Amino acid sequence: MPLLEIVNLTVDFATANGSFRAVDSIDLSIDEREIVAIVGESGSGKSVAMLALMGLLPWTATVSADCIRFDGQDLLGMNDKQRRKIIGKDISMIFQEPMTSLNPCFTIGYQLTEVLCQHFGGRRRSYNNRAVELLQQVGIPAAETRLNAYPHQLSGGMCQRVMIAMMIACQPKLLIADEPTTALDVTIQAQILELLVELQQNNNMALVLITHDMAVVAETAERVVVLYAGWQVEQRSALDLFSNPRHPYTEALLNALPERAQGKLLNAIPGVVPGQLDRPKGCIFNPRCCYVQDLCRQQIPERQEGVLCHYPLELDLKPSRSSQDMVTDS
Amino acid sequence: MLNYVIKRVGIAIPTMLILIILSFLLMHAAPGGPFTSDRPLPAQVLANIEAKYGLDQPLWRQMINYVWGVVTQFDFGPSFKYKDRTVNEIIAQGFPITLKYGFLSFIFAIGVGIPLGAIAAIRQNTWIDYLAVGVSIGAQVLPNFVMAPLLVIVFTLWLGWLPGGGWGGGSWEYLIMPVIALSTSYMASIARITRSSMLEVLNTNYIRTAKAKGLPTKTILLRHALKPSLLPVISYLGPAFVGLITGSVVIDIYFSTGGMGYFFVNSAMNRDYSVMMGITILVGFLTIMFSLVIDLLYAWVDPKIRY
Repeated sequence: MPLLEIVNLTVDFATANGSFRAVDSIDLSIDEREIVAIVGESGSGKSVAMLALMGLLPWTATVSADCIRFDGQDLLGMNDKQRRKIIGKDISMIFQEPMTSLNPCFTIGYQLTEVLCQHFGGRRRSYNNRAVELLQQVGIPAAETRLNAYPHQLSGGMCQRVMIAMMIACQPKLLIADEPTTALDVTIQAQILELLVELQQNNNMALVLITHDMAVVAETAERVVVLYAGWQVEQRSALDLFSNPRHPYTEALLNALPERAQGKLLNAIPGVVPGQLDRPKGCIFNPRCCYVQDLCRQQIPERQEGVLCHYPLELDLKPSRSSQDMVTDS
Repeated sequence: MLNYVIKRVGIAIPTMLILIILSFLLMHAAPGGPFTSDRPLPAQVLANIEAKYGLDQPLWRQMINYVWGVVTQFDFGPSFKYKDRTVNEIIAQGFPITLKYGFLSFIFAIGVGIPLGAIAAIRQNTWIDYLAVGVSIGAQVLPNFVMAPLLVIVFTLWLGWLPGGGWGGGSWEYLIMPVIALSTSYMASIARITRSSMLEVLNTNYIRTAKAKGLPTKTILLRHALKPSLLPVISYLGPAFVGLITGSVVIDIYFSTGGMGYFFVNSAMNRDYSVMMGITILVGFLTIMFSLVIDLLYAWVDPKIRY
């Protein structure tokens, strides 16, 4: 049985111009100790899908699904109070804005021990040692003295480490990292990713990595879910996906990698992700797809073998592909 | 921290001196004097009286004498109008009254304003929010000199529940209307500031983090959201406090509460130099002290501020 099973998750937002579907029937199952990457351009519904799982969406959002099961429990039928027993304890999430994700009015130690008190009870002071241990675990030097520091006294990378310490404090079974490195500079990015993978292995937790950095995906993920405008267009093992993408969007994403550029130009995907008011008929990717057929413009495709496309790519359809560098080769 | 307090008190001394000098000069620059009246006194009598109060000396000497008396003996001099009373006596009589209902109004404005604003923000765009915003706009546009007679009409003349004026030794039924009339507009401002600041805070990332930790809603609102949203409220409290003390002018006149506001206005009208100066110095002192308290409160709420 998978650790997390999501079937047919849909999220609608009520907006001034009517309802907007940010996530459209996503299926996702995550096994214990697995690293899954969710990739896609900005606005493709990556974060929204995971925030829906956490129950962190604003009231304008309507979440519906056939099934959301975590560790044998039905998250969908839970009220807020029951869900709070799991959120922050067994499933936790770190965010992409480390500097603003910590409360500026409370010390690091307070915010760390608070989550432990909440889920395990007891007095805050009794967790001071555990807090120091956690800070050391995420690589914060002089952890004892940091307990009394306020978030503004730490750098962005440090704040993100504190966030991670806070979110692994209760030894979750699943950690969702929502673009954890986007706001950090490049050297720190690598360190944080390394830390996450190390923690994933040491703590035996599953890790969902939301990112639009394909290099990160190639380095860390075992399985990849590709989202486009709320559609789950492809879901495959990372190795397979990089060597043999089946959806034209995945292929276009991979071709856009700087490593795969031929000559001086990067292979950008023409156009932008459709918004609320310019959704095309038929397949949602058809205006930007280089393999588009008439059928694509008329009819919404069915999912086949994890690929949401009328004409999934086969190896023989793409003679040029084999000559390109693979990110995974490195 | 202690260094900061000492420095602030050190700055307060020249500020007070400038305040004294400016108000002294302005008082004397105004035409007329304490002994000008409809029936002019004989010139010799006037000269004798002025000599008794030291008004025949040059202005600079008067000022030095005055400041000297204040600083060395804490003596604010005799009243020019109430012949048998000193300024110290007048303040000792009026100030406790002002302080009592001013302070109660302050507590009332905070105690009602902050929860009202916070609840409105938490229940944004519901009828509770609309009601709270409606009440606070209504309360803000009603100045206390309109509020006071309205209260008297309703609670004294129509319902007959509360005495229409007087102090009654400060018992509660005499306090209700002055406190309400004085505090409503401040309460409304505090509610509106709290509401907008709380709304901003509720949308921040750290509130999302608090939710992601699985904290109960009560903890998130009272602990994680309220403290940061109080920052702009605190900066409003300084001026509000001074407003409550000086705003008592209207209250003292409407409800005959006998507070300092009454003496403040009358002394200005009558050129009662010493009473006017005494009250000005007292209010100035309170303003300076209270803004220091506010600054220290700031450091408690916002850890980025360290003195």
